[in-house]
Amino acid sequence: MTVTIEHYLVLSAILFIIGAYGVIVRKNLIIVLMSLELMLNASNLAFVAFSNVLGDLTGHIFVIMSITVAAAEVAVGLAFVVTIYAHHETLNIDVLKLLKG
Amino acid sequence: METIIFYVFAASSVIGALVLVSHKNPVASALSLVLTLFSTAVLFILLLAHFIALIQVLVYAGAIMVLFLFTVMFLNLRDESLRFDAGRVPVKLGILSLLLLISGYFIFIGFKKILPLNNMVISHPEPFGTVEGVGEVLFSDYLLPFELTSVLIVVAILGVVVIAKRRFD
Repeated sequence: MTVTIEHYLVLSAILFIIGAYGVIVRKNLIIVLMSLELMLNASNLAFVAFSNVLGDLTGHIFVIMSITVAAAEVAVGLAFVVTIYAHHETLNIDVLKLLKG
Repeated sequence: METIIFYVFAASSVIGALVLVSHKNPVASALSLVLTLFSTAVLFILLLAHFIALIQVLVYAGAIMVLFLFTVMFLNLRDESLRFDAGRVPVKLGILSLLLLISGYFIFIGFKKILPLNNMVISHPEPFGTVEGVGEVLFSDYLLPFELTSVLIVVAILGVVVIAKRRFD
């Protein structure tokens, strides 16, 4: 039994769903950011799987761009985390309601 | 052989992801995310994406996760500040996620009728996915997006400095 693209796409979907679950459910801002990284990583896996099947390297370029954006996003997000913790002494996103969300 | 490797590392990546969303200690979550990212890197090698796998380990599992761990340890979160979510699982959200997953699978089945997606390719011609192959595409067809990436990085660096230097009184 060989591994087909369905296997990779189902794994990618599972990882994406787990990441989305973490973003929705968790209250700790740092873990929400980590779950976001997990979702990006799952989409990268789907990109690379399609790239393999279609024999086209464009998917790899997309993954490189996605990793770059993820790095920038984590840097800015963690700067926000540090500032928020210095100001509010907590990272509970239920407490952080300055934007009335 | 490839099947065994796929299942082992797929299972470890899913386990890492589950520990990530369910553990209440951010340090354990970060380390389990490293497990997930590393397993995904192994799967990238199975998919003949050697360069991407390397980038994944160096940038994702290396640099980004060090940044996460540094922040967690820098903030020195006390125990009571960690206890506000103890990994409870809302059942409704779980069912909703499962439905989303199943519907996504059927969407993919629909796509499979349109796209020429037959089988995984075990061996492409040599420069596929290596530094040579990816670099050739990156510096010819996608040169402008690659250069614009540097602008993004500069903006991110400046943004981080501006945000982190701000003092509240």
